[in-house]
Amino acid sequence: MNLSDLPAIQISQMIHSGQVSARQVTEAALDRIAAIDGSPPSLAPDAETSHETDKIHAFITVTTERALERAAEIDRRLAAGEDPGTLAGVPFTVKDIFCTRGVLTSAGSRILGNFIAPYTATPVERMEAAGAVMLGKLNMDEFAYGSSSESSAFQPSPRNPWDTSRVPGGSSGGSTAAVAGGEGPLSIGTDTAGSIRQPAAFCGVVGVKPTYGRVSRYGLIAFGSSLDCPGPVARNISDAALMLGVIAGADPRDATTPNVPVPNYLEGLEKGVRGMRIGLSPDYFQITFPDPHTGELQRAPIAPEIEAAVMKAAGRLAELGADIVENVPMPHTPYGIPAYFVISRVEAASNLHRYDGVKYGYRTPEMVDELAEMYRKTRAQGFGLQPKLRILMGMYVSAAQYSEQYYNRAQRVRTLLRKDFVQAFDPAGPYRLDALLTPTTPTTAFPIGDVYGDTVLMQYADQLTVPANHAGIPGISLPCGLDSQGLPIGLQLLGPDFSEATLLRIGRAYEMVTASDSWRSIKPAVLRSLA
Amino acid sequence: MSDEITREIFDHIVSLAALELDETEAEYLRQQLNNQLKAIHELEAIPLEGGIPPTSHGVPYSPEIKPTVRADKWHPYPNPAEILAQAPETDDGYILVPDIPHTDLD
Repeated sequence: MNLSDLPAIQISQMIHSGQVSARQVTEAALDRIAAIDGSPPSLAPDAETSHETDKIHAFITVTTERALERAAEIDRRLAAGEDPGTLAGVPFTVKDIFCTRGVLTSAGSRILGNFIAPYTATPVERMEAAGAVMLGKLNMDEFAYGSSSESSAFQPSPRNPWDTSRVPGGSSGGSTAAVAGGEGPLSIGTDTAGSIRQPAAFCGVVGVKPTYGRVSRYGLIAFGSSLDCPGPVARNISDAALMLGVIAGADPRDATTPNVPVPNYLEGLEKGVRGMRIGLSPDYFQITFPDPHTGELQRAPIAPEIEAAVMKAAGRLAELGADIVENVPMPHTPYGIPAYFVISRVEAASNLHRYDGVKYGYRTPEMVDELAEMYRKTRAQGFGLQPKLRILMGMYVSAAQYSEQYYNRAQRVRTLLRKDFVQAFDPAGPYRLDALLTPTTPTTAFPIGDVYGDTVLMQYADQLTVPANHAGIPGISLPCGLDSQGLPIGLQLLGPDFSEATLLRIGRAYEMVTASDSWRSIKPAVLRSLA
Repeated sequence: MSDEITREIFDHIVSLAALELDETEAEYLRQQLNNQLKAIHELEAIPLEGGIPPTSHGVPYSPEIKPTVRADKWHPYPNPAEILAQAPETDDGYILVPDIPHTDLD
């Protein structure tokens, strides 16, 4: 067994017991990166790199020296009889939207293409304080604006380890591709509309979007400040639980992290689901999508293979003693994307005004006569199409004459989206759910180039994940099979505020009952070709 | 309700956003904005009578879990030169920008 294919918990145990050194584990991970990642992407990619279509291109920056120094430090501390932490020597990766001191932090954008962060984001700091070893920074949609990772200014963009002609999802596609490929068992991603869960589903890994505020946003380059949630990407539920316990909790540097104690997510993880009430909603088994020719919105049943996989999962949970509650109404689900088109754009536009070529980042090299011209040229050259689109839409729908009909309306629809969940989870209500079980995505991973360019259709990839961001509730995605093309299918569990422990427990029960299913022994394509 | 972002409105927002676009970019972006606006108009189908309040973020901060406000203390950065080194143009600890023309306010 290659060290790179082991779970984080096992690696940590082996390092603590002296079976392997942190250095050996780090070197194995770096070897894996060298074998499957390909040449690093760039702002001016050459044709040769773009032709590496059998590689996954998850990384923007591999921090080899930093990782080896850090691993040596862990080994030294262990030799001195110290305990470097629960994640001692476990390799991890970071979406390039988290500041990491002394390391390029680009958010996948040319405008931050030379930005070396002067401080480190809280979730990264907490991983390192627990002994984990950062391998590098991962590619993503520019400023996290997308669902395929194709919009990065750093090309080539990440590819799906199960089929490198397909997208890994996004915007945390670098994170989920890296974890699926064994380039470190853990990664930190962010989820604003589904950006952890959707790529986790596409890449066959576990992704956790914690409750809003559960994990600090300090040091995270902001997208939609009322929606952004940092969270774990891992290959299994136990690793995700361990990692969440490390990064979660109040942070004096982020005033939106509430004073809610962080439970030990590993404790009780295997207590099973007997007596739990798990809901199914017909509103999550149909999809809304714009007609590619007319733009008119249509509704249709979800892909039959995905529906079948999720229903089968519900059956397995019922066999374990869960009460499956059918026909839970979630009537506002189809309005998640339209409301998101407004709210996320207003917040994104507001967050993007800071990039002006003055204090850090890109500045136009052209000679200019005055400051306003420098702003315009810098922003025109530094931002790609996706940030420009969000700036313009955000400014339009929040303009004084339009905000009542767009922004205020969307925020009131957001109230209704949350109400759907509050009613479903109400312990005194008719449904009294512990969790809602849904598909994570309407389709499996789509081919590179198929959707990119149509910004409306791309956004609808998030329609089953975005309601949780509006509501602030936690959600996880975990693998539940492969479709007829051999692509991973994700199932999603949604629960009330701060119910991560319950969701992980359900996920772990499902993992245990399906442990010997044949699809679980199938590896991503890029790993099958390794010696 | 306004149904389309016209070229005139579009150009106005582009100028407010401190952007400049070439013709191809402008046409593509305006078309995408109008497509997104069509999706946004779906929101009109929802009855919002009865005083439904707006939600600015999902999780309510009850007094029990409300984050503690940190002390308003100044923490000097250990090496300001490191931060200044990020600026495209500096001189003796100052950040330089192009000329800001004098304008009279009406």
